Amino acid sequence: MTRKSIDLSGIRKSFGQTQVLADIDLQVREGEFLSLVGMSGCGKSTLLRIIAGLEMPDGGQVAIGGNDVTALDPSDRNLAMVFQSYALYPHMTVRQNIATPLRMRTLSLPARLPLVGRLLAPREARNRIAEAVNDAAEMLQIVHLLDRKPAQLSGGQRQRVALARALVRQPAAFLMDEPLSNLDAKLRAHMRDELAALHRRLGATFIYVTHDQVEAMTMSDRIALMIEGRIEQLGTPDELYRTPATLAVARFIGSPTINLLPAEVSPEGRLQVAGIETGLVTEPGPATLGIRAEDIHLAPEGIPARLIRTETHGADRYLTCQLATGDGQTIVLRQGASDPRPAHPQDKVHLRFAEGSAHVFGPDGRRRNHSHHRMVAA
Amino acid sequence: MTIAIGHTARSRIVTRGLLFALPAILLMAVIYIIPVIVLMGFSLTDYSLGALNWRFVGLQNFVAAFKDPVFLRSLTNTALYAAIVIPAGVFLGLGVALLVHGRKASRGFWETAYFLPVTATLVAMATVWQFLLHPSLGPVNAAIKWFGFDPVSFLGNPALLIPTMALIGVWQILGFNMVLFLAGLTAIPQDLHEAARMDGARNPIDRFLTVTWPMLGPTTLFVVVTTSISAFKVFETVAVLTKGRSGSETLLYALYLEGFEYSNTGYAAALTLIFLAIVLILSIGQTVRMDRKVHY
Repeated sequence: MTRKSIDLSGIRKSFGQTQVLADIDLQVREGEFLSLVGMSGCGKSTLLRIIAGLEMPDGGQVAIGGNDVTALDPSDRNLAMVFQSYALYPHMTVRQNIATPLRMRTLSLPARLPLVGRLLAPREARNRIAEAVNDAAEMLQIVHLLDRKPAQLSGGQRQRVALARALVRQPAAFLMDEPLSNLDAKLRAHMRDELAALHRRLGATFIYVTHDQVEAMTMSDRIALMIEGRIEQLGTPDELYRTPATLAVARFIGSPTINLLPAEVSPEGRLQVAGIETGLVTEPGPATLGIRAEDIHLAPEGIPARLIRTETHGADRYLTCQLATGDGQTIVLRQGASDPRPAHPQDKVHLRFAEGSAHVFGPDGRRRNHSHHRMVAA
Repeated sequence: MTIAIGHTARSRIVTRGLLFALPAILLMAVIYIIPVIVLMGFSLTDYSLGALNWRFVGLQNFVAAFKDPVFLRSLTNTALYAAIVIPAGVFLGLGVALLVHGRKASRGFWETAYFLPVTATLVAMATVWQFLLHPSLGPVNAAIKWFGFDPVSFLGNPALLIPTMALIGVWQILGFNMVLFLAGLTAIPQDLHEAARMDGARNPIDRFLTVTWPMLGPTTLFVVVTTSISAFKVFETVAVLTKGRSGSETLLYALYLEGFEYSNTGYAAALTLIFLAIVLILSIGQTVRMDRKVHY
């Protein structure tokens, strides 16, 4: 029941003159945790709302479990959504909030009316709802909060209530619109684990919208990175991290941000940074070299640079260095705390990187194939 | 030492606080409290405006009021008037607000159209209504006749006087209530409506009962209280349209007759106190009863 695939084909959407989504194709597999990630304004929330049915696409098709639902009302799509604001009904207790999706679906309209509804709802149906509400509350450990109203809850508790309301019935999929962005950093990290665990436990299809690449990287089976209304790259977190398809993906994924150095490729195909041979070979012309902080090391010889700052992050140290040649580009590298003590600020150091870990992008921003013919030069 | 310092510091804060509150207290005293006390004094006398001597009569004015057929009639008339104006004014106001809220381009037009009666002077409008409802000249009766019914003497038939004036009262207050409800509707987060749709609220009735109506609770409370108070204060329509003939006096009109036409200041003061008590009890009662339901 909760393992439906969702297929989007040719989804287009504009608000007035502004095109928000341009021809989106996306297959969400059954039972998968897929994140839509991107900066604000990239169209990820609009795409989620189109899947939910809250927004109508200008063109294209939405299918759930193989059935075209493009024209269906949100209430007929059997999807559950967790809103950024949680959107709990403030006048209802937690119990009533969680029961609402079941009441709407299992009770007749007269039985849902206030006051008289109590008399008209069959006892058996009411008991079933009460049981399901209790199960959901137990799963999210909020049984002790059932009789409170949302105003009496903390942000984290409201988050749990919103999740309980989503999973009290068996929807075809769960849609989440930045559900953790209103929580403090510590709670957010904790809820990330819980959400991932919940996904494993339910085996349900999750579509998760976030602007936070850490959330996307830690929880997702696959990530669709969106830029300006297009899906820039779709793949596992590892694929996006290890083989970013474009400069924009490389820049978005990973923390600290990937080091990007302007490079020049000689007619013979040798890639040079600030006039220094890197040992990489690719097509001639201007290019950008990307190296992640953990792929650069201090070495007895290599690219000359000057250490300008050391930041300690517990298990890691981030060293900011300035290249001695070229126009003084800075590079951030990561060291383990157990690595040899970093040099003193202002000290001259030498950097080297493993060629296998380098990313080369052409002037069009696309990833380029490259090879290496020898170890990094000095 | 520290205690002494603490003591003077605290008394200075108290003095400062009182100083800040003083202008408001003075205004309240001059505008509300002293007049009500004077009124209470008058209500215990047989003073009539311009008279040279007066007597203290205790509660006799109040006893007389509840034996006075005119006052008792004005009480029932006002109750009937309120019984029509409060529910019709509140629910029609809500209905119109819901309809207008759904408009996009024409919203401004409808808002203005419904709000115009609020800005109009009721005395002038009552004259217009008098013409509209005229048995032989008025367009309302022309329409009734066109449909093949007998003309209705809205302002001639004693049984129709209060309902007719209630209709005018509803017409007048509708726009104001609509604007209040519109403000309430605008304040409901869009997320809640969307959450209700995701939760399976398929038809508008479900969405109204799940989100709109409960979220309008505070607004509704306010609208009910203000509508009740203006319903109990009905005066202009009576003064212009019927002048209290055929037993169509309302509370304020009876009070006006006693105080300003017959100059029975003492008796009028007693009626005013009764009127104040009724309004006070109603608004406190409604606020306390509904407050528990509407706040979350």
